[in-house]
Amino acid sequence: MYQVLAENGRVAPEREPKLAPSDLRKLYSLMATTRAADLKALKLQRQGRMGTFAPSLGHEACQVGSAFALQSKDWVFPYFRDLGTYITLGLTLTNYYLYWMGNEEGMRIPAGLNIFTISVPVGSHLPHAVGCAMALKYRREPAAAVAYFGDGATSEGDFNEALNFAGVFKTPNVFICFNNQYAISTPVRLQTAAKTIAEKAAAFGFKGIRVDGNDVLAMYALTKEALEQARSGGGPTLIEAFTYRMGNHTTSDDASRYRKEDEVNDWTRRDPIERFRIYLRDRGLWDESFEERIQKEAEDLINKAIEEAESTPPPRPEDLFIHTYKEMTPELNDQLAELRDFLKREPK
Amino acid sequence: MLNMVQALNQAMHQEMQRDPRVLVLGEDIAVDGGVFRLTDGLLDKFGQGRVIDTPLAESGIVGASIGMAVAGLRPIAEIQFMGFIYLAMNQIIAHAARIRNRSRGRFTVPIVIRTPYGAGVKALEHHSESTEALFCQIPGLKVVVPSTPHDAKGLLIASIRDDDPVIFLEPTKLYRAGRQEVPEEPYEVPLGKARIVREGEGVSIVAWGAMIPVVEQAAEIVGKDGIFPEVIDLRTLAPLDRETVLESVKRTGRLLIVHEAPKTCGLGAEIAAFTAEKAMFQLEAPIMRVTGQDITIPLAKGEDYYYPGPDRVALGIKKIMES
Repeated sequence: MYQVLAENGRVAPEREPKLAPSDLRKLYSLMATTRAADLKALKLQRQGRMGTFAPSLGHEACQVGSAFALQSKDWVFPYFRDLGTYITLGLTLTNYYLYWMGNEEGMRIPAGLNIFTISVPVGSHLPHAVGCAMALKYRREPAAAVAYFGDGATSEGDFNEALNFAGVFKTPNVFICFNNQYAISTPVRLQTAAKTIAEKAAAFGFKGIRVDGNDVLAMYALTKEALEQARSGGGPTLIEAFTYRMGNHTTSDDASRYRKEDEVNDWTRRDPIERFRIYLRDRGLWDESFEERIQKEAEDLINKAIEEAESTPPPRPEDLFIHTYKEMTPELNDQLAELRDFLKREPK
Repeated sequence: MLNMVQALNQAMHQEMQRDPRVLVLGEDIAVDGGVFRLTDGLLDKFGQGRVIDTPLAESGIVGASIGMAVAGLRPIAEIQFMGFIYLAMNQIIAHAARIRNRSRGRFTVPIVIRTPYGAGVKALEHHSESTEALFCQIPGLKVVVPSTPHDAKGLLIASIRDDDPVIFLEPTKLYRAGRQEVPEEPYEVPLGKARIVREGEGVSIVAWGAMIPVVEQAAEIVGKDGIFPEVIDLRTLAPLDRETVLESVKRTGRLLIVHEAPKTCGLGAEIAAFTAEKAMFQLEAPIMRVTGQDITIPLAKGEDYYYPGPDRVALGIKKIMES
């Protein structure tokens, strides 16, 4: 397993990526913001102000570290547990909260951001990332397409079809699997008899590598390398980020039904933020006042996002119709008129 | 004079010539030119970067096409037979159809999924499917079925230029069934517009695809008894041209729907329903359907029991005229 930072925060100097101190602090701040925003969403959900969502707790390093290696020309195909990825790439928290509150407006990705919408059916967005990479290659754009997914997705047909296409067409893809040990309740040993997920890449004719997903520097370094290989025509890579889902699958799940407390406690000791904090402290880049400052910044950002999301009006009836096709069909016009007529009679 | 295969092939040649964003992908479509030779000659002209033989994986083909479209291309994906499109259903229904809506219009999926459909050719199991209604219920999809070489070319060009995903169903039985004058230059037959194949009176017959020539033959048969039905070719099944159907039915007073798909929940049910909603009191007889039965499409030896032919349709016409 590829590691830059050991669990105690010790660095392997020969693997240490060349990042400026400001970037290292930025990484930390992004991880801290991700955690704060995630925990806040959980609170809001318990208060009935947020819908069901998939918490990212424990994934801060693999999300932020990998996304930090991306360039704006690259494309990203997320799954549904990607808060840190969004925050790092610049999708606003307002968008994120709005979507999970139940408003499609949240997935109106702003122009200029090559982030695809959240994909709920597991693994089915992987062929999209491959098609996108085929398009980049066809247009000779030196960019890559990244897909994020969990360990459960590797059992899906689309995972196998997508990676097979990627191998055959040598596409500029980076496949990043967050192996967080569970797909809802199903442990990874019931998903595959393979020793690692990374080794599956061999069957598709390209490289797979397992990396410590709680090590933000390792995630950054390997993703960067895979992206450079993809952009320069060297083909795809499968990265297995070995990590743990610290929270429930979604806010509707109760993980205590299927996993032991000991196991969770064991992973708590490997916390991705703690580890990086020790490293930064040892390098003189972290102290209490820095922590205080970024926590305050995160809180302000989060509060502003909640305010914006909660004050966004619900969709109008026409908003639900007009994006079905480029142009409204006669039948859709009739059905919208019928809905409006009903609302006029029963205003509420 | 071109047959439907040649007309469709010409449409793809011309659209690829016109727009570098258009490319084709599928199983055996490049070197082999497709199992029905629809994509013949494209590889030589446009090269393997644009005419792509893929691994044998329908979901991968449609899924990759979606990704290409999101990134700005306009892929034409071939599914070798409609009986194999089910492997790509999740991509079509869960993604192609809804990405525009999911992203509030930021991302669109201008793809065409071409596939041969339909029975009447004594084929293997899974090679005679006519399950168009499955797609017609999905918001965000367009479903197109040509019945002539002329319409095939114009509808395919319109589908390629359309900004939404189109399921383009090609009647296998009509691929080489006849030739027709087809203009050399590119043209569009607009989506969502039915065609009145022949004007008539007393009864409107609504059909599409391979059933159009069957209905025309049936009309010849009943013509000897002095019945001259109006025949409507829907051409686009989603969105439906309700207006043309209703206008005709209100004039003729009777509606007969003919399709080769199984009867229950076939598209005929929707056509009957909206006609009942909008024109019930202009009807002089109950609406009637002549369709395939609700059984698995038989293999070659039993196919004729299933497949509506001219005689069965002619009998249907006589019955509705008597009721």
